[in-house]
Amino acid sequence: MGPPALYALLMLAVPLATIFAYTFWTQDGLTIDRTLTFSNYREAFNDPLYRQLMLRSVWIAGAVTLATVMTAFPIAYFVSFHVPQRRKALWIFLITIPFWTSYLIRVFLWKVILGYNGVLNTTLLGLGIIDEPLSFILYNANAVVITLAHAFAPFAILPIFVALEKIDRSLLEASRDLGETHLTTFLRVTLPLAMPGIVAAALIVFIPTIGDYVTPRLVGGPDGLMIANMIQTQYLRLNDAPMGATLAVLAMAIVAVISALVFLASRLTARIWA
Amino acid sequence: MSGPIVALKGVHKSYGDYHALRGIDLEIGAGEFFSLLGPSGCGKTTLLRTIAGFEDASEGRVLLDGRDMAGVPANRRPTNMVFQTYAVFPHLSVAENVGFGLRRSQMPKPERARAVEAMLEQVGLGGLGRRAAHALSGGQRQRVALARALILKPKVLLLDEPLSALDRKLREQMQHELRSLQRQVGITFILVTHDQEEALIMSDRIAVMFEGLIAQLATPEDIYNRPVDRRVAEFIGVMNLLRAEIRRNGSGIEAEIEGLGTVPIEARQVPGGLTGAATAGLRPETLTVLYEGQPDRGRVTHGNIEEETYYGDMTYYGVRLDGTDRPVTISMRNLPGRDILDPGTRTRVAWSPEALIFFP
Amino acid sequence: MRGGGLRIYALIYLLFLYAPILLLPLFAFNSSQIIAFPLAGFSTRWFEELVTVDALHEAVLNSLFIAVVSAVLATLLGICAARTAARYRFRGKGPVLGFIMLPLVLPEIIVAVALLTLILQLGLDLSVWSVIAAHVLICVPFSIAILQSAFQNLDASLEEAAVDLGETRWSTFRLITLPLVMPGIISSLLISFTISLDEFIIAFFLSGTDPTLPVYLWGLLRFPSSLPVVMALGTILVVLSILLITTAEFFRRRGLARTGATDSGGFI
Repeated sequence: MGPPALYALLMLAVPLATIFAYTFWTQDGLTIDRTLTFSNYREAFNDPLYRQLMLRSVWIAGAVTLATVMTAFPIAYFVSFHVPQRRKALWIFLITIPFWTSYLIRVFLWKVILGYNGVLNTTLLGLGIIDEPLSFILYNANAVVITLAHAFAPFAILPIFVALEKIDRSLLEASRDLGETHLTTFLRVTLPLAMPGIVAAALIVFIPTIGDYVTPRLVGGPDGLMIANMIQTQYLRLNDAPMGATLAVLAMAIVAVISALVFLASRLTARIWA
Repeated sequence: MSGPIVALKGVHKSYGDYHALRGIDLEIGAGEFFSLLGPSGCGKTTLLRTIAGFEDASEGRVLLDGRDMAGVPANRRPTNMVFQTYAVFPHLSVAENVGFGLRRSQMPKPERARAVEAMLEQVGLGGLGRRAAHALSGGQRQRVALARALILKPKVLLLDEPLSALDRKLREQMQHELRSLQRQVGITFILVTHDQEEALIMSDRIAVMFEGLIAQLATPEDIYNRPVDRRVAEFIGVMNLLRAEIRRNGSGIEAEIEGLGTVPIEARQVPGGLTGAATAGLRPETLTVLYEGQPDRGRVTHGNIEEETYYGDMTYYGVRLDGTDRPVTISMRNLPGRDILDPGTRTRVAWSPEALIFFP
Repeated sequence: MRGGGLRIYALIYLLFLYAPILLLPLFAFNSSQIIAFPLAGFSTRWFEELVTVDALHEAVLNSLFIAVVSAVLATLLGICAARTAARYRFRGKGPVLGFIMLPLVLPEIIVAVALLTLILQLGLDLSVWSVIAAHVLICVPFSIAILQSAFQNLDASLEEAAVDLGETRWSTFRLITLPLVMPGIISSLLISFTISLDEFIIAFFLSGTDPTLPVYLWGLLRFPSSLPVVMALGTILVVLSILLITTAEFFRRRGLARTGATDSGGFI
């Protein structure tokens, strides 16, 4: 455990500590002013643009999480309960393949699909389903949600699948034997037992999406930009590393707080359930 | 006669605050089939692994064939082990597994192949040498593990619960095979098991262990008939325990036992000249349920049958003797023409004072 | 058939998952410069154009170098961690392992920004090595996830048995441990290589004047005229990724078969 832990310490803990330190410093032209100050945080909280970006990031990440988990659950359920044992690994492999291909390319292709003259619109026009191109599907938050739901699908499917696989099938038979229907068995046995997987799926989608850069930049338009885009702007365009660091730390803080709340809430509901 | 092949002197083993072994003294002779018997967590596996060299004793000495093993690693000890999971190398063939330990010997290749084939023949796997190890059944794996260890002609073969993963029929068969194999090769076997029946069937001597200590070290017969304390008595087979009072009576001793009355007993039945409050033990087969019309024999007491469990060849009755608050177990052979008695039946029970054992 | 409705849903979902990478080759081999339907005609001119761009070749070389070094380093660290995690229990194991696995969920921009800040602070230059440092960090969790199952399937008494039969620690590692976990190691190398090869955001922040292939691609996205070339390049990249991942899966399964373990599903 030594070498990898040391590596993570040097390459993750130390850098994270460094950006944390930066949040209390300020950019003074080309140099860093090392006087400790809360002015970055004040600015981050008071500037309506930052506030808006933060809120939008949370909102979009939340929508992506909901959409991803809701659409992923039936797939995980299907593979776990309806695919024969020897074919399960193949299905899981098929589901994960797109995830391993270039993220950049996949996001860009969504721009091609969803665009004004994109694949979706030209197809629908050609089929006569619509008279003029749909415009609400590109360069806005909808496009970001669709694209991210696609990108993070395996992240949601796998934990739910694992949780469903762990369910002892005789529990379901026991429930039927005790007089429950298929539906009530699902609600009273399957769903509660799959809950840890669902919560894990939600967190594992929510946490990285809130800091996504490529998708909002490519398909989000001006109304779909998120906090990561601003962090990038601060670092690489405005050359204000302390402000960028502050936004990054705030984004992490938001993620941590929301994750902790979700985790606690799931624990609490589990206890009430039991 | 030469000295013991294995000698342990004051062996302690602790992991932090946990004491797995708390002072083990033990000598095992050449050619012995020796068992370490005890419940899980009693330290028997730790003791075996200490002999093998996978654990270092925190205190005390381990001698193999008279040589102190301190600082001698497992790969240079004259012991070989059959692991609980068998640890058959899954990427090698059966023959490669069995010949694994010969790699370092000076033996030329053709000779090595012959030795492997002979060994496979001996454990009943003749002709299976080229089979992939992961395609074997549990029983076959066990034989591979055995052959792989025996081919090196160790001074001591260590077996860590080797039969626990097998089903009952196969286990019984392997118990007999192991025993006859041991007689054939003449190597000292040390078997770790939690199955008292297995230990009784296979061993020349048994060490019963509890909580890191050897409670009793004796032959199977002595362990069964003369357990030194209640723990051993209850761990091996079934033992009925009754409250008793031991008194001197002139030159002899007598015991007053609940449900059985007062009887004279012999000094050999009472460990350490015990007097006063004690516990009396009686094995189920030393009690007899007397049928209606059968004459009294030996000493007779009365009771009610409360439970009846049918085992095919035997029936176990739970009989509450008059004046006691819980039933004793009595085993009866099911002979032709002998009825199974129903719970609720009033019965006489014959017993003999010689079968009594007393514990503090 | 069981799960009829669900099966249809599952197939539609798979189509949704595969839509982007299925469209990619269509446009890559389309002769028109405009990325839209209907397709104009078959052409390989965009692939031919790739060959002539020097900047691209440099980016490819950078990417390959970074991916190879990152994969090797991440797998070495992964072996250490996975072996320890599968074998030993000690206080603080959970938190330490959790911390090593953290980059799995941490937004990549955070990793990028944190390392960038440190490098600025130390006054170092950005280069392929700064990208490698970060790529190793994000590949290690995947490597551990793959190798952990390989090491867990490896019964500890197999190694003890080899020692018991006279082998030393080193020869035991060579004769028993390595052959049994080798499929996992190859799988880890391939997956790490693929992750590094495809990773964009960290490379975007940390590559400095040595752009990687995705960073170069990102630059091209701004010019509508170069989009067909992007499609061609993307097709190559995606095909390469799928080949690598399929090979990795093949080795993973072979490893399972070798130890006689049952398959529990995908990589993670």
